[in-house]
Amino acid sequence: MSKFNQAIYEIQNLDTISKEDKWVNHIHPLIKLFLTVYYIGLVVSFQKYDLEGLCGMCIYPIFVFIIGELSWKEAIYRLRIVLPLVCIVGILNPFFDTNSIAEIGGIAISGGVVSMVTLMIKGIFCILAGYLLIATTSIEEICYGLRKIHIPKIMVTQILLIYRYIFLLLWETKRITQAYALRAPGQKGIHIKAWGPLVGQLLLRSMDRAQEVYESMCIRGFQGEFFIRKRNEKVKGEFIYFIAFLIILLICRIYPIFEVIGGFFL
Amino acid sequence: MHMADALIVPAVAGTMYAASALAAGVSVRKVKMENDSKKIPVMGVMGAFVFATQMINFTIPGTGSSGHLCGGMMLSAILGPYAGFLTMIGVLLVQCLFFADGGLLALGCNVWNMAFYGCFVGALLIWKPMMKQKVTKGKIIAASMIGCILTLQMGAFSVCLETLASGVSELPFVVFLATMQPIHLAIGAVEGLITSAVLVFIHEARPELLWGVGEKESEGRFSLKKTIGILAVVAAGIGGILSLFASAFPDGLEWSMEKVAGTAELEATGGIYDLVASIQEKTAFLPDYALKSSDSAAGTSISGIVGAAIVVLLCVGLAYLFKFFQKGKTKEA
Repeated sequence: MSKFNQAIYEIQNLDTISKEDKWVNHIHPLIKLFLTVYYIGLVVSFQKYDLEGLCGMCIYPIFVFIIGELSWKEAIYRLRIVLPLVCIVGILNPFFDTNSIAEIGGIAISGGVVSMVTLMIKGIFCILAGYLLIATTSIEEICYGLRKIHIPKIMVTQILLIYRYIFLLLWETKRITQAYALRAPGQKGIHIKAWGPLVGQLLLRSMDRAQEVYESMCIRGFQGEFFIRKRNEKVKGEFIYFIAFLIILLICRIYPIFEVIGGFFL
Repeated sequence: MHMADALIVPAVAGTMYAASALAAGVSVRKVKMENDSKKIPVMGVMGAFVFATQMINFTIPGTGSSGHLCGGMMLSAILGPYAGFLTMIGVLLVQCLFFADGGLLALGCNVWNMAFYGCFVGALLIWKPMMKQKVTKGKIIAASMIGCILTLQMGAFSVCLETLASGVSELPFVVFLATMQPIHLAIGAVEGLITSAVLVFIHEARPELLWGVGEKESEGRFSLKKTIGILAVVAAGIGGILSLFASAFPDGLEWSMEKVAGTAELEATGGIYDLVASIQEKTAFLPDYALKSSDSAAGTSISGIVGAAIVVLLCVGLAYLFKFFQKGKTKEA
């Protein structure tokens, strides 16, 4: 699949699953947005050697994945962009931090190895949390949530507009690059001589399109403000879900929950 | 150059969010002052344009590899720094949500590293002064190249600083810097070449689309915003640089306690004290104003900047809270 098709597929797929009729999809977007930021904040606040405590934070993604009936495969596929960067930063830790801090089966584990694994798990949890938000909340709902917390209208409006026009411009860019590739077979990328005219033409066309968009919007009564539909839906149990996760995640942050529960049985 | 959530700690994320929010607030105000309703759809379409062109591979002559566009400098050269900055925030948010490129917590860092420098430093300090008088092809190429290289270098440096302040990597700062800066020098040069090629084309085809071309700099007086800006820089300077020279001797209260109790820090033990101490130990991101597991001067310096940001945020928050209650009282009356 080409890069353009892949991008279009990913956005369309997320858009479809975020609008599915499931309990978690109907929860107020602000609750999901706040919980996601809260969860990521707690995850990254773990100390570099606190691997045991960090593992306890897996309960949130597991729970939401199950109730949201989401695909793990799609979520893991998203790790491909950020995880390499996290690995590059963490991979050198074992070389610089060689102090032994644990022993498993007679093998000494250095602090660097533990901090590297902790960093990678943090990366995975954060990406999963972001995926859970966007897979259960449409962009319109996120923008509604952003307006609720008084993010300026101008910013929210242009996020919505960018989202609307991404499909259109991705298709157009794909057509242009495809046409170029057919005229320059075997060439990797766009030749330097064509950089200006190719992207410049696309830019001019985009500007003209923006002018047409503006005129159409004016005809429909646009006066510089973009109204977002008010949300009247109230979901049963969403407030309990919110409070419960606030408390559970805080407990997991303070106490190594796995160790505590394991202690009851050993 | 997208920072990931895992590479930063909440204190750094919060500080960068505050800095980016300040720049966004100023930009929103400036765009509103222009009172041009046409600009909003243009910003949306241009954001989608940048998003789409980021996917094009540009062949780098003589290397066999290809480069990509980031778009901050190009957006500013067309929309101006304020509208360009807001558009870049939209692009970064969509990238973060739909492609996991960056992270929600790291969004403040990414906006600062990739949008702030490109839009404000690139457009206001490089593009605009160079385009004030007669615009030539050479000037556009020079402004694009200098702008892209400089702003990417600044962005890469910020990534190193944010990672250092977060203390997630054992990699020495100098080594990290020595890796990041040269890579981004090459990336900046490619970005500069692409940007200049496009802007030269636009200049030849539709020169009126370029921002700041032929504009005379207005003789602005020493405004409130400038004063606040200078004060913010001075505060960061005092917090960051002067904290390096902060006295290690006890302050007045500690000195008095030492005289009275024989110790500068009173210790208490027992159930509730231990519980609170353990919570504090886990949540304190800057114990004794230094980064955790860091005794370095950089740690002290960053603590100063973070501390300054937190105090300012608290003050603003309290002021709003006060205003809110005052409003309520007036309504009741």
